[in-house]
Amino acid sequence: MIRALAFAAALVVALPVAAQQTMPPAPFAYRQLENPAQEQAAQELMETLRCLKCQSQSIADSDAPMAGDMRHQVRTRIAAGESPDQIRDWLTKRYGDYVSYKPTVSTTTWPLFAIPLLLVLLAGAILLRRFGKRK
Amino acid sequence: MNWRLWIPLFAFAAFLGLAAYQLTQPKDEFVESRMVGESLPYFELPPAMAGVNGIGSTDFADGEPRLLNIWASWCLPCIAEAPHLENLKRQGADIVGVAIRDRPEDVARFLAQHGNPYSRIGRDDLSEVQLAIGSSGVPETFVIDGQGVIRYQHIGDVRASDVPVLLAELEKAR
Repeated sequence: MIRALAFAAALVVALPVAAQQTMPPAPFAYRQLENPAQEQAAQELMETLRCLKCQSQSIADSDAPMAGDMRHQVRTRIAAGESPDQIRDWLTKRYGDYVSYKPTVSTTTWPLFAIPLLLVLLAGAILLRRFGKRK
Repeated sequence: MNWRLWIPLFAFAAFLGLAAYQLTQPKDEFVESRMVGESLPYFELPPAMAGVNGIGSTDFADGEPRLLNIWASWCLPCIAEAPHLENLKRQGADIVGVAIRDRPEDVARFLAQHGNPYSRIGRDDLSEVQLAIGSSGVPETFVIDGQGVIRYQHIGDVRASDVPVLLAELEKAR
């Protein structure tokens, strides 16, 4: 009896989830492209694109319907002959760098690349001063 | 004692302070569209249910500014914003709907329950228009001017306080 009640409760809780899933996923959300080279290019690209609904996952990792629709976009565009960079540009033109997980050096991100380098140089200089003198 | 010994400790404390400050700041999860200021990309959508008109990007370039509302019958905040869209319509706004991943019978049931503020409703099963205009969720509302250029983006459900803002943006886009 308690089990049946718990099951019923679980069904009620799951209803909103079901509501989003009544539509079948986009044709190429879960279906791979027939051409293995194209599918590999699509897969590599999808792993570096951010899911906008579930922001710490890539669209390759996410089961959100919107991520499925983005995978559909990626696969159909690759199949139509677009390059992965063209597709990434198409998305960044709409959502900004935020949508891409691929690191790029730009006016706002250059310190991320420069600071570690500076720190290594600084550490090297300190070490040289400490231990270089002893010779 | 050498005062310079304290520098690393102060640097570390400053870093902790910065981290603590950032942790108390609310997280901004809104992804703003970069398409504001750009023309609507070309698209055509079939009607979302029987008895309504579908939409195409060419419907927007007739001199009249419009609201483009991204919504869905399965989206709960869309229920909350329905009365405010109705209010916008009463005050003269032309609202065009794009139903995301929705079935005609669900669209019809939603509109029967919560009212229909839309002059046209397109059916976007693959989120194609949503992705093309840089929208990252449901609901979102865009102001499109009479030349078909995206002028303003409102992310999230439209609340009572957003109604005058959207009306002003429509007026600006005239």
